[in-house]
Amino acid sequence: MSISKTMLGLLEAGPSHGYDLKREYDETFGIDRPVAYGQVYASLLRLLKHGLVTVDAIEPGDGPERKRYAITEDGVADVEAWLAQPEKPDLYLQSTLYTKVVLALRSGRSAVEVLDTQRAEHLRLMRELTRRKTVGRLADQLICDHALFHLEADLRWLELTAARLGQLGREVAA
Amino acid sequence: MNPATHTRTQPAEPAPVRPALLSCRNVAKRFGGTAALRDASMDVAVGEILAVMGPSGSGKSTLLHCAAGILTPDSGEVLFDGSSIASLGDARRSELRRTAFGFVFQFGRLVPELTCVENVALPLRLSGAGRRDATRQAVSWLARLEVDDVAVKIPGQVSGGQAQRVAVARALVTEPRVVFADEPTGALDSLNGERVMQLLTSSARETGAAVVLVTHEARVAAYADREVVVRDGCTPGR
Repeated sequence: MSISKTMLGLLEAGPSHGYDLKREYDETFGIDRPVAYGQVYASLLRLLKHGLVTVDAIEPGDGPERKRYAITEDGVADVEAWLAQPEKPDLYLQSTLYTKVVLALRSGRSAVEVLDTQRAEHLRLMRELTRRKTVGRLADQLICDHALFHLEADLRWLELTAARLGQLGREVAA
Repeated sequence: MNPATHTRTQPAEPAPVRPALLSCRNVAKRFGGTAALRDASMDVAVGEILAVMGPSGSGKSTLLHCAAGILTPDSGEVLFDGSSIASLGDARRSELRRTAFGFVFQFGRLVPELTCVENVALPLRLSGAGRRDATRQAVSWLARLEVDDVAVKIPGQVSGGQAQRVAVARALVTEPRVVFADEPTGALDSLNGERVMQLLTSSARETGAAVVLVTHEARVAAYADREVVVRDGCTPGR
């Protein structure tokens, strides 16, 4: 995910300091991966350089001066263009799991066990995410749901592959 | 070493440490020439939520019906609280299903002529509770399941999600020790299915009921504490 674009999007709500932007980013998007201060300020510098934000005010603080950043008209246009552009759907054509299944079949190991082990691990993670979303805010629920639907898609592939192992085994052996 | 002799690392799934409340041991069941279950085993501890997963036709619903005493296995045994269900007489088995077990099915299976509150009160009435007391408890459970507003409607007048919540209230109103849920969200959209699962699991945890949850959906199974997989009538790895 583009941190710069996200920071720019957050600034549309109003001018903000780097510290507040980081806090807002972490609360809304950084459930597992809080953004580092260095990344926040590097992003703001880049946005400043491209004229997408401007320094709106400089306030004295306990330490160094605090800069308040505001989005420019070009910045708003940039956010708008980014939101309108579809993301490239992720493809998993080089799946490690598929590779493991094929190698298990080729070497005479149990591909069923490979799939079973993975299923148990996927379900463990899905249980954890379900617990998190049950107690979390709506934003957390949406993020967990996104992950859960992807894990579920993996599991459907696991089931289908388990049902086709005989056929796959014959093709691999041929 | 021959690769075929490699042993795999077992998934880090902690075994239940609580004693089993309900156990199926090496259960087999045939319907005519078809073996629905060949060798299925599972344990459910007090208050545990267990998902029974597997593809369509794998035998998971048959396992649930055997565990609940609805079907009698051809071989193997089902133990509830240490006693074999098969050894109980018909009357005692019926009583067990009415008082210690609760059921939620895919399509609710509410009595269409009764109002929602009467449907929920029904298991209490069948166990001898008076109308007023049964109604009071039923209304309380409908409120817990957030469907008290449909109390006086008949099932045909409520949505699928509401009907399923009424069915969950009916399953829990007797405060059973085990709730058997067979694809409880199978007929619902994602949002309604999720709410039914949240309410079913949170209510069961509050009352200490164990849940045997049959589902082929991983997102539904993720509400459970652990899962057992049924494949071709067997529970491999059990």
